[in-house]
Amino acid sequence: MIAEPAVGLKALHTKRGWAGVAAAVVLMAVIVPALSVALPASSPLHLPDYLIVLLGKFLCYGIVALAIDLIWGFTGILSLGHGVFFALGGYAMGMYLMLSIGAQGVYKSALPDFMVFLDWHELPWFWRGFNNLSIALTAALVVPGVLAFAFGYFAFRSRIRGVYFSIITQALTYALMLLFFRNETGFGGNNGLTDFKSLYGYDLHNPSVKVALYLISAAALLFTYLLCRYIVTSKAGRVLRAIRDAESRAMFVGFNPTNYKLFAWTLSAVLCGLAGALYVPQVGIINPGEMQPANSIEMGIWVAVGGRATLFGAILGAFLVNGMRSFFTAAMPNAWLYVLGGLFIAVTLFFPDGVAGALGRLKRKS
Amino acid sequence: MEIMTRFLKFAVSVVTLCAAALSFMGSARADQLSEDLAGLASTDASSVSAAIIKAANAGDARALPALHALEDGKLRFDEAKHLWIESEGGPLKDALTGAPANAQGKLEAPASDNQVRRALSPALASLSLSSPSVSQRLAAAKSLGRPSDEIVPILRKIRAKEPDADVKIALGLALAPADMASDKPEDRIRALEAIRAASDATFKSDVEHLLTKGDDGKWVEPDAPVRAAATAALSAIETRQFLINSVGNTFYGLSLGSVLILCALGLAITFGLMRVINMAHGEMMMIGAYTSFVVQNFFIAHLTSHLDWYIAVAVPMAFMVSGAVGVLMERTVIRHLYGRPLETLLATWGISLLLIQTVRLIFGAQNVTVANPSWLSGGVEILPEVVLTYSRLAVIAFSVVVMLFVWLLMQKTRLGLEVRAVTQNREMASAMGISTRRVDMWTFGIGSGVAGLGGVALSQLGNVGPELGQGYIVDSFMVVVLGGVGKLAGTILGGLGLGLVNKYLEPVAGAVLGKIFILGFIIVFIQRRPQGIFALKGRAAEGM
Repeated sequence: MIAEPAVGLKALHTKRGWAGVAAAVVLMAVIVPALSVALPASSPLHLPDYLIVLLGKFLCYGIVALAIDLIWGFTGILSLGHGVFFALGGYAMGMYLMLSIGAQGVYKSALPDFMVFLDWHELPWFWRGFNNLSIALTAALVVPGVLAFAFGYFAFRSRIRGVYFSIITQALTYALMLLFFRNETGFGGNNGLTDFKSLYGYDLHNPSVKVALYLISAAALLFTYLLCRYIVTSKAGRVLRAIRDAESRAMFVGFNPTNYKLFAWTLSAVLCGLAGALYVPQVGIINPGEMQPANSIEMGIWVAVGGRATLFGAILGAFLVNGMRSFFTAAMPNAWLYVLGGLFIAVTLFFPDGVAGALGRLKRKS
Repeated sequence: MEIMTRFLKFAVSVVTLCAAALSFMGSARADQLSEDLAGLASTDASSVSAAIIKAANAGDARALPALHALEDGKLRFDEAKHLWIESEGGPLKDALTGAPANAQGKLEAPASDNQVRRALSPALASLSLSSPSVSQRLAAAKSLGRPSDEIVPILRKIRAKEPDADVKIALGLALAPADMASDKPEDRIRALEAIRAASDATFKSDVEHLLTKGDDGKWVEPDAPVRAAATAALSAIETRQFLINSVGNTFYGLSLGSVLILCALGLAITFGLMRVINMAHGEMMMIGAYTSFVVQNFFIAHLTSHLDWYIAVAVPMAFMVSGAVGVLMERTVIRHLYGRPLETLLATWGISLLLIQTVRLIFGAQNVTVANPSWLSGGVEILPEVVLTYSRLAVIAFSVVVMLFVWLLMQKTRLGLEVRAVTQNREMASAMGISTRRVDMWTFGIGSGVAGLGGVALSQLGNVGPELGQGYIVDSFMVVVLGGVGKLAGTILGGLGLGLVNKYLEPVAGAVLGKIFILGFIIVFIQRRPQGIFALKGRAAEGM
């Protein structure tokens, strides 16, 4: 079992900790957008649009990393299926975006193109209402939440834990991926949902809309961070850590681990749904590939690289790993899998507490 | 209509003349036959066709060789108007007696045009169906195919007289398309009865069509008795199809199950012993498959004459290569992570990425082909449409051998004893002087080696690519989880069960939905009965 991390909770209670958060917020929410919007395109410091989109993606990944940290780092449950919740949130948003294309599609029909292609004549029942943004956003949070609650209820009640739980979450994402790959399921099959035009009337290709989405993602990440911090520093957070370190003992002391685990698990899924809903309008596509077991495992490595049980580390890990991915897949595509595989091994073997832990050790030495 | 009446007359004369012919004595018949066939020795088409009709009406099966020869273009006549059959390379034969002899003068071929052909095919059919031998009649009836309109009335008459039930069914099948189109209900019922008796699936859609209602809400088939016969025929067809499908599905299920067992055996060993989830297990199979690829290429390059036996070298090689990679993995990474199962899971996933990328860089991202040795290509057909391919049979047999090998290793060797001891109680085994580290290493090597053997089997069934193992990893975990940890029998049952259920569900629900259904079932099953499957009791359960 992992020891209490060296940096993290306590550090963030101090003024310096809050100052660090404020600095990060200023960097991500003020300086980055300003570099993109305020500077002319000719300036060397100007951030091109694609970088804004890329950073917006990373912010969404940061939310996912926080969600996984909550359930893995603090509760000790490794999920290999969080990609499902992320994708479900994304699909809910994608359905809204798909319907708001209206008759501007290739087939000039009010139905999404793939339905016309399949020769369907009306919307399936589960698509009804998704032309309303608030319903779609609610679904993006509720659907992953309900799925996670139902799945977790049965799993935790049967006291499935450790690697067994990890394996069946992997089976869950695999099964849903196969389901979504089918055209008959009604979510666009292989191709998923794409070719979005506008969000709530705003053109998605407009650079300032991209910056706005980026800012919304940054706000969501900040909100998620504060929420998670509130939870892990609360009494419930201590119970979660007690369950992580000695579940039976926590039970004997009088807590019901099932309820606490279920709470953390469901909240984690809802947060992933939120991340997915913000991710899709920025990236412009959602398809079943997001549910590949490999994607979900990679989400785990973001947290491991950054440092488990340190919220700050999880976000850092998501940025670091995805930054490396962007760099390597462009510069040295053949090396990327070596880097990623090496990260998995190195982090588990040599840096069990991740970058945040290593930074903490450095600080104590000096 | 004119043709119909003409052939009805013709058919009536067949009957009367057949009866008449029977009354002749042997020599008289022979004379009658040669007289009937005399018209064949002509280059005039109408003379030839008249002779054909005459012979058919006479109903003497001894005219068949001559008529077949005419059909094949091998009938000849000499200047004495005597008929001969030409055979390739052999001597001329008398068309009636079959005795070899010499022809007189120049040989000529009888006329053969459309008129002759039109007369010939019904004559051949009716003559061969009047043979006294049941087996010949059956063969003739089965070879009829879909008879042309001209023969249908003749065949109906022949069927009415046919004493043998099997021949009757065969005739009924040949007549079925015509009978089904007939406006007489009894004809249609007769057709449906023949279809029911033969359970011939080719008529399935026709029969189903009878049992539907048209757009006007009326039955396609107006007569209730005919519909009843159609229902019976349909259920007979479906029963037979079900039988064929069941046999086929069982076979494919068994072969898939064997593959799953081969995948899961090694996993069950390492997981049972060390509680290590080896996410790179699929890659051990992939390495095994690539080893057979390399061995195959070595044989192609250096031992071409023994190419068929490359597989005999590939099997031990794959075991050793995959096993060596497994030992290396254990020594360098997994050894440091005992007691931390979640970290092991992530680390082995990392290893699997490294292995996939390495193989991709060496062999390319494209699939490579590992050809079946010639003695494994082909198969046996045990039912129509059910072919058991030798490669799949071999995989089933191979998995039995591997299971036996693993069982012997675990039960009959010193290493197996030590492995079982460490599995049961690591500390106690260590206190008894067993080097648990060494046992761990060997177990991991053997588990990986067995996965390599699974890879050889997979290479015989399909494509070999860098992502080969990824496709099986979820399935093999399911087998292990379903079958119970560290229990060989559980793994075998789990693998076979999954394989069979998978294949039985496929035709009902489609391949993907079937798979989703199984995964859903396993998720529910584990949640309902976790303790029963995992078989962990007491302190062992807490350790997880």
